[in-house]
Order: sequence, then structure tokens, then C-alpha cells
Amino acid sequence: MEFALSEEQELFQKSVREFAEKEVRPLAQETDATGQFPWSVIRRMGEMGLMGLPIPEAYGGAGADYLSYALAVEELSRACGSTGITLAAHTSLGCMPLVYFGTEEQKRRYLPALARGEKLAAFGLTEPGAGSDASAIQTTATLKGDEWVINGQKVFITSGSIADVITIAARTDPSAGNKGISNIIVEKGAPGFRAGRDEDKMGLRGSVTSQLFFEDCRVPKENLLGRPGEGLRQFLITLDGGRISIGAMAVGLAQAALESATRYASQRVQFGQPIARFQAIQWMIADMATEIEAARLLVYRAAWLKDRGVRYTREAAMAKLFASETAERAAFKALQIHGGYGYTRDYDVERIYRDQRLCTIGEGTSEILRWVIARQVLQL
Amino acid sequence: MRIVVTIKQVPDTNEVRLDPRTGTLIREGVPSIINPEDKNALEAALTLREQLGGEVIAISMGPPQADDALREALAMGVDRAILLTDRAFAGADTWATATTLGMAIQRLGQFDLVLAGRQAIDGDTAQVGPQLAEYLNIPQITYVREFAIQDRQVKATRTLEDGFEVLETALPALLTITKEANKPRYPTAPGIIRAYREQTVEQWGIQEVQGDPEKLGLKGSPTQVKRSFSPPPKEPGEIIQAAPAEAARQLISRMKQRNLL
Repeated sequence: MEFALSEEQELFQKSVREFAEKEVRPLAQETDATGQFPWSVIRRMGEMGLMGLPIPEAYGGAGADYLSYALAVEELSRACGSTGITLAAHTSLGCMPLVYFGTEEQKRRYLPALARGEKLAAFGLTEPGAGSDASAIQTTATLKGDEWVINGQKVFITSGSIADVITIAARTDPSAGNKGISNIIVEKGAPGFRAGRDEDKMGLRGSVTSQLFFEDCRVPKENLLGRPGEGLRQFLITLDGGRISIGAMAVGLAQAALESATRYASQRVQFGQPIARFQAIQWMIADMATEIEAARLLVYRAAWLKDRGVRYTREAAMAKLFASETAERAAFKALQIHGGYGYTRDYDVERIYRDQRLCTIGEGTSEILRWVIARQVLQL
Repeated sequence: MRIVVTIKQVPDTNEVRLDPRTGTLIREGVPSIINPEDKNALEAALTLREQLGGEVIAISMGPPQADDALREALAMGVDRAILLTDRAFAGADTWATATTLGMAIQRLGQFDLVLAGRQAIDGDTAQVGPQLAEYLNIPQITYVREFAIQDRQVKATRTLEDGFEVLETALPALLTITKEANKPRYPTAPGIIRAYREQTVEQWGIQEVQGDPEKLGLKGSPTQVKRSFSPPPKEPGEIIQAAPAEAARQLISRMKQRNLL
């Protein structure tokens, strides 16, 4: 049993942490307040090779392991949740389906610019009538001549309106049920494709969440990802990887909440002493620290399993479930420790409280994850 | 252009705490970093290479763990990294350190410029750079915040306490770089991966530097540490409780007693 990061992973963690502390954290409050997408940060992350971490070197990526990628999402989320989720959605949902299932030509065409962060990627699965029940999607794609003609609507697509490359799930064979779903790559500017409004969200306000519309949208036949009918299998595999990154994001946010709470409790004096001396506060801090450590280990282990090519569906679901609910509890306690000040926008716990709330919902609700885990445990 | 940058691995003093009972540094669990101003020296060297071409060689003396610092230098983009590590080098003061570095640099053959950080955050001596220049018998400009090279002449702005000084000298020369000089780049993800998977940190011992053991390590160190101690804690201040005019009178008389006025 070996719990230490490799030297490479340690230097990586240290470098991303330094970048996040110096370049990302100072902008986090403003990004949240204005809801402006942090392009300058994303561009710099591209220059540092952070936008293509697990993409193989042959396609312009860093060729890093998935654990290093999880470390990057954790460290960036610790500074700014909006930046963390943007990286997570771009990488795990936008780029990885192309890495896993793309043809050689598709990989060469899209991945290098995505890895450099010059272009953003997104993944379009959810629809108004298909959330947790993802197989209920209604969007269709019909092959006409050399083109797919796509009709339908997507919602809650991270970076949807600003992405250059979006892989969407559509029914290509309506008679074949779950075996009739395929994933198709849509480039920004494709005729018949337009983005609707971006959601006005509770948190993660510096990230973009969009509605997408397809009205006789035409893309070349070659834009099919992998083989027809494999869409469901492809997006389930993609979501397994994505859950590790949402778990990492939750750990980063929870860690930020703990650090804020610790700092505040050591400084805030009531009844003649710092409130950190009171057992009620100490127990909250102890519970937060313990749960965060456990969540982190679950996330790292799921990433480690993935890096070893071992099946990790169950572990990714557990990591995301536990980490997101840990972040929820940690943010609640951190805000409670801050008292009235925590309820104002003067302290970052208020933002963390809103930002972390997404983690028990996106990429599999806690309820769906419990179902996934139970099916694995009960072998149903 | 062949640029040698000397770097030191130091404990991150932001993270160092004192044991309140013994007054000694708690080093356990304290992360090691490249000395901050050595990073400014690395950045200056890398920028210069981008402008003029050539090679940047990072060199450090230290225990085997200093490998981490040199890997980071590789990840930032240096071409070659050399770790001077040998039991014979241990216990060196600034002069023996400068001697070891100097011998190693001479083994490298021709070089144009040596860059060092102004001083290390653990020792704060600012001596190794100047002593290294003396050892190599080349001109030095210390506390450099800005410099440019043209026609094998280096022109540098040197920070003084109350202003600046612009100096010019011929290459080869040694400059010590201050934190105002630039903002060091972050290692890139591909750089980190390359540094660990493809590149190597050369390890040089006493054989490789062909050094005289009498001039190296503890034996070669004229500085003897007599005693180390933490400065006594500052005495608590005293508040003079009186009406303002009376308090002022008392304060002035106290200051006169202590020859402060």
C-alpha cells in the first residue's frame, strides 16, 4: 500500500497550487460578482498545458495521468469553483470522449487546439425531459446524404454557448431504443445550431451553463463519434471519468471552506478568547477535516484505479457522492462558524456555499449515484 | 550564449514554525522550494535564451533531495541540470560553497554568464554569488533589477539603498538578481512530465568536480558557527496611564534617560 504522490505528481500539485493562489484566487470574488467568464485565466491555463492534461502527447496534450488531472481540478476549485468546473467540463466531458472513442482524424482535427486551451469543448447530453433518465433523450440525428441532420434541444450544458466543439447525444435509430443513441460532434457555427440563453445560476457564476438548439442542424457524416448506436455506452464511460473530476472539485471547495473556517475561528474573539478554543467549534473543524481527508482519498483512489485501467464505475460514484456531500456539510459548518459575517458577501464562505451546491447535482445526482453504487454492491 | 544559473533548495520559510519550548526550527513537514530569488535568476536566464539563443544550465549543491529543485528548474525550461552532491561537500560555509560551485562551473568549460539569486531566504548572507565571481575571477554586478546584453557587454541596473546605479562590464560576468527583476514563469504540465520522465539531473561528486577535499565542505570552511540562538522575544511595551500632557512629559523624560532624545 502506497499513499504518497509520486515526485512528478507532487511538483505538479505544488505548481498548480501556486498558480491558483497567485493568479486565480485574487479574481474569484470578482468573477462570481460579475458572472464574467474568466477567459484570461483559461488562456493562461492553456499556456501552462492545464487544458489538456490527460490528452496524449501525440495529440498535443500533456500526457499526464488522471490523478494529476484530479489534483489540478482540486487545486483550482480551492481557489475558484467556476474555474474548476470549467476545466473539469472541458476536459472530462468535452475532450475525453474524443480521446476514448474518436477516430484518428477526429483526434488530430480537434484535440491539439483544445489541449492548448485555444478552443473549449463541451458535452451535450441533458435535455428538458432527460436529466437523471439520460436515455430518454429526444434529440434526433438523421443521415441525409453525407450529412447528419440534427433536431432537438439541450439544457444545462457547461460552456455550451462558448464552446467550439460540442459532442452531443442524439437518437440516430429511433426504433432501436437505447441501442439507437449515437454521439455526434458539432462545431460552433454549424448551420442550424444556436445557443439559447445562459442560465442565471445560484453559484459557479463565472462558469457558463447554456441551452442549445438544433433546427435542421447539418454536420458532416464523419462527425459521428465511434460507431452508430454506441452513444449510451460512450456517455456512461465518459460520466464515470467526469465524476472523479466533480469529486475533486468538491474536495477543493471543501478544503477552501475548512481553511476559511480555521482562519476565522482563530481570529474571532468572543467571551474573551478566539472561538477556536470552544469545543463546539473544534468539533465542527475536526469533522470537516476528517471527512475531507476521507473524500480526498476516495477521489484519488478512483483516479488511481482509472490510471491502472481497472474498472472504477463504483469507486467514481462513491468518490463523487461522498465528496460532494462532504463539501455540502463543510460549507454549512464553515458558514456557521463565520456567523453573521458568513452570510455576507464579504467572506468567501458565502460563495463557496453556493458554488459547492452544484456538486450533489451535476454529472449524476446523489440519488442516481446511490442507485449506481447499490446496483454494483447488490450485483443487480 | 551559455548561461549558468546557481540555485539553492531552501525550506519554505512561510511554512516554518518555531518550537515554542526549544526555540528551534520545526523542519518536519516543511515543504522545500527553490529559493525565490534564484527563480528570478532562472527566469532571467530563460528570457535571455529566448532572445539570444543558447543554453541554460542550472547547478545546485545540496543533499540528494535537492534533485526536486533541479527537476523544477528543468520543468521551467532549463536545458541541463547538475546536482553537486557528496559527503565531502557537507557542512560548507558560503566560501566552500562558492568554491565547489566554481570548480564545477570550470569543469563545464566555456561559459558567458553566471546568474545567481541575490540571497537565500534561509541564510540571508548574499555572499555566495560575489564569492563565486571572485573564485572564477570574473566581474560581478550585484542586486541587479534589470539588465541587457549587447556585443558581449552587459549593462545592468543595480539597486542601492537610496537609488540605482547603472554599470557595464564585459562577458563573462556574474550577476546576482533581485525579485524586482521579473516574475518567474510557472512550470508547464508538459515541462513537469518531461523533467521526470525524459530528462535527468546529473549528479556530480568530488570525482567529477576534481576538487581538493581540503578546500571543500566543513574542512574548506573558514566560518565557524560559535553558537546559534533565537533572538530574545521583544519586551512588551508599556502604556503610560496619565492625562495626555502629563503622559507626554513622562514619555519625553523616559526617552531622554535612554538617550533616545
